[in-house]
This record gives sequence, C-alpha cells and structure tokens, in this order.
Amino acid sequence: MSIQSKDVLKIAHLARLGIRQEQVESYASDLSNIVTLVEQMNQVDTSDIEPMAHPLDQFQRLRADVVSETNQREILQQNAPDVEDGLFLVPRVID
Amino acid sequence: MYNKSLKELSASLHRKEISSVELSHYFLDRIARFDGELNSVITINTEAALKAAEQADKLIASGDSGLLTGIPLLHKDIFCTEGLRTSCGSNMLDNFIAPYTATAVRKLEQAGAVTLGKANMDEFAMGSSNETSFYGAVKNPWDLNAVPGGSSGGSAAAVAARLAPLASGTDTGGSIRQPAAFCGITGIKPTYGRVSRYGMIAFASSLDQGGAMAKSAEDAAIMLQAMSGFDEKDSTSTDKPVGDLLSDIDGSVKGLTIGLPKEFFGEDLDEEIRIKIEEAVEAFKSVGANVKEISLPNINLSVPAYYVVAPAECSANLSRFDGVRFGHRCESPKDLEDLYKRSRGEGFGDEVKRRIMIGAYVLSAGYYDAYYKKAQQVRRLIQQDFVEAFKEVDVIASATAPSVAFKSGEKKDDPVSMYLSDIFTIGVNLAGLPGMSVPCGFVDNKPVGMQLIGNYFEESRLLNVAHQYQQLTDWHLAVPAGYEQEV
Repeated sequence: MSIQSKDVLKIAHLARLGIRQEQVESYASDLSNIVTLVEQMNQVDTSDIEPMAHPLDQFQRLRADVVSETNQREILQQNAPDVEDGLFLVPRVID
Repeated sequence: MYNKSLKELSASLHRKEISSVELSHYFLDRIARFDGELNSVITINTEAALKAAEQADKLIASGDSGLLTGIPLLHKDIFCTEGLRTSCGSNMLDNFIAPYTATAVRKLEQAGAVTLGKANMDEFAMGSSNETSFYGAVKNPWDLNAVPGGSSGGSAAAVAARLAPLASGTDTGGSIRQPAAFCGITGIKPTYGRVSRYGMIAFASSLDQGGAMAKSAEDAAIMLQAMSGFDEKDSTSTDKPVGDLLSDIDGSVKGLTIGLPKEFFGEDLDEEIRIKIEEAVEAFKSVGANVKEISLPNINLSVPAYYVVAPAECSANLSRFDGVRFGHRCESPKDLEDLYKRSRGEGFGDEVKRRIMIGAYVLSAGYYDAYYKKAQQVRRLIQQDFVEAFKEVDVIASATAPSVAFKSGEKKDDPVSMYLSDIFTIGVNLAGLPGMSVPCGFVDNKPVGMQLIGNYFEESRLLNVAHQYQQLTDWHLAVPAGYEQEV
C-alpha cells in the first residue's frame, strides 16, 4: 500500500511529531517503500498461528505491593526543561 | 599492551606490573590520540574513571579482586550512568544526566571495571551504519571511508582500534553482531532476558538485549558473565541461573553438530564471504565437528516482520519524550501541542522519525490486524523454525552480514537497503535466541564476521564454540593499520 503525503501528515500528528513541510514527500516515499517491504509477510498464511508478543512466552512477573522507590523529585527534576516550586511547567492548557 | 587478553591484563594488574590508574591513562591516551578521526566516543569520563581505577588498585592490593577489577571499558551511550551524560546518540537527550545507573553497568562496576566513557551509537539504536548519531558518524578503523556498522558502531570501532579492551553494546536486530563483524571483533548478544534492561534506554522492548563486545570470545565471556543475571527491576529479566560461562570454554567441539541454514547461503550472500564461512566450517570439521544443512523456511520474512514489531514498540517507547519532564524542549511553545510537536521534531533525527511514524501507522485503527498482529504471527513461525532446527543441531553458523562494511553514505538515503543489511541477524532477535559474531577472515581488506546462533540459554556453548575457533585461527588478533603503535 502506498502512503501519500496526507497520510504522513496524519501519522505525524498522531505521533505528535513535527516534520518539515519540504520533507513530507520524501517521508511518504520512504514509508511507502518500508510498507512494501513489510507486506512481504502476506506471502504466508498465518490464520491459525497464535501471535507471539514475547520471545520466551513468559507471563508478566508480579512483585509484592510494597514501596520500593523513595522520593527523588529534586534529582529527577534536574533534567527538566522548566520547573517551579517542584512542579513541571508547561504552556497554559486551560484558559 | 593494547592487544593483551583480559586474563593477561588482569595478571599484569595483579602482579603489580601496572596499576589500574596507569592502565586507564593508557587507554584514555589512546582515545585522545586516535578517536579524533574515528569519533567512537561521545563522552569521556576521565575524573570519575581515575577515581574508580584508584579504588580498583586498592582492591587488588587487598586481594579482594577478580578478573575485571581495574579493567577499563566503554559503555554504549544507551546505558544510563548516574551523574554522566547519557545521550542515546540523540539531540533529544543531549543534556540528559542520568539520575541512576543501568543494572548491567552497575554489575560491571561492582566487578571492578572502570568506565572510561560513553560510546557513540546510532540515534536511539536505530541504524545499521552509525550514521544516524546526533554526534556524527563513526568511522571504521579498517577503512575510514567505510561504516563501522550499527547501532553499537562506536563500541565496535573503539574495541577494534584497541581504544578499550571491552565495550558494552545492545542488540535489537543485529546491533552488536553486525558492527562486530564489520570491525573485526567478537560480540555476543545473549538470550533475551539474560542481561537486565533496567536503565538501558528502550527502543523495542521485546527485542532489545544488552551484551558484550571484545577482542575475543574468552574476553566476551568474562564480560558477559559479570553483566548477566536476574534483576527484579526488569520484569522481563529471567531468573534462570547464568552458570559459569568460562567453565566449558575449553571443551572440545568434537561431535558437535553445526547447522548451516540453506536460506543464509543464497544469492543475498557475497560470494567471497561465502568462501570465508566455508573455510571456517572446514576448520570446525578438522577438529571433529559435524556439519548439517538445515532449513529455516520463514526466515526470509524476518526483516518484514521486524519492521512492524520494532517500530511499533519504538513509537510507544519514544512517546515518553514529550519535552516536559526531561530531554529537549523547543523555544517558546505556543501551546501544549506545539510543545510536543516541535520538541520531538527538533529532538529526533530522520531515521527515528521514520520509525516512529511506521509504528504509529501499523498500530493505528484499521491497520492493527493487517500489520501488527500479522507480524506477531510471522514472528512465531520464525521462532518455530529455530526450535525445529535446534532439535537437529547444536549451533547454527552463517555469515553475520551479507557484505563487508559498506561505504559511508552508500545506504544512508535508502532505508530499505539499509534494513536489508541485517537479514541474517534479525531473526535471532525475533526468536529471542543468543547469537554472536566472530572474525573469520578478510575480504577487500575488511573483516568478515561469522555468526553463531545458539539454543535458548546456551551462551556457554556458543562461547565455547567461538573460543575453540579462536584457538584454531588468529583473525581476532588482527589490528587495523595505524593503530598498532603504543602511545
């Protein structure tokens, strides 16, 4: 299936990914080539095959519900682009 | 000095012929001298390394030491290192100082290893040529016009040029094995779940696996031993005992059955590389191994399935980079959507964007069954092929890559041709099996790698087979021209 420029814009929006207008066409062409590669999968019938999500078919291991992390807010916020009084700052979202 | 094995280096340290501080200086000096043209290291950790080396020297003096005590190494910049920049090769994390240390790194440091710095890599481990790094391409020390492979290209180039005796790597579709092959070193990706993914920046969580890159199988075994093991902080970590990876390494390969998948010896494979692999197989035969042709009938679908599974997982994993809590943020965002879009648009490079978009596409409403579910079904078929094959053979051998290191820029603008450079390695990740690459000769003066694939949790057999090959050959001791001088 070929991916058009409008599809690229839609996908980029879904992924909240800014892309430059002049690159949209080349992305459409690259993504189309990749999808063509991917569609080689259709050569094989998989109707009765159980999908495989994990290489070892392990079940998710659970741990006891106990506190394991201490509060490290100050350390973690040292990497934040913008903080104030221990809060992450973002542009105004509610008028 | 630079070509000494880990055991020899450790013996020198323990005989007090050299201190860890001196050894660390020695390799830091090699990095300073040679890395300008290679660009294999992103961040140097001089001060902390020398401190760790001093500590290692004390441990050696006190007798509380092991094979890795005082040994310098590099970590792929995908592993979080507390207090040290962890960029993942991306502008997105150019300013990111990791608040904690990855389990694999911590285990190596607890074993006494000295972290010299962080190795260059393809951005977020997405690439097969190390040309997608925000910090610039890495060069192959065997030919500065050729790529070192990727994504662990910095680690591979650094070990090949003997800038460090060891380097960590990660392998999602071949990212340890393919650069190891292109740079003429030994690399092992263990069974999925062997090495903790805690603190290893996630690309495709069901495929990512850390591993060891070194000059020889013996050195890789020592490093992998220290990195491996159950970690409660990684819910996909396995609690199967690692065992002693060195205990069987000297065993004979007489009577061992090596499988050669006929699909890996078809027209994709460069003819001269085929000859090198056949020579390696002959070497195994000469010491009593048996060889059997096998078939992996669905392996030709591994690249197509991978380019659904990996991008799907990447698009989910990389959604955490939102410009809010850490990582790059754009200037003066006008609203939240603008903040997300421009921060991510500026922070990520082209290849990362392509993969995020493919992932978002295959997971989007209406396409999920046709792509994602289909890929997971194909993944099981590929795994079953390996399971069947391992009923007949002990290890599988092939070329690691269809060609030797290709020219810089050659595939950069053609993602699909780049992806196809991993056709022999990707199936191993989809199945979750251990795999490695060992040097087995040269074509056009560039190294050729032989891939060895083992059954689940059989790293020690794989390392045994590789080590026995390295007793018969000395390809792994070759050093690229220009890097042979002591500093």
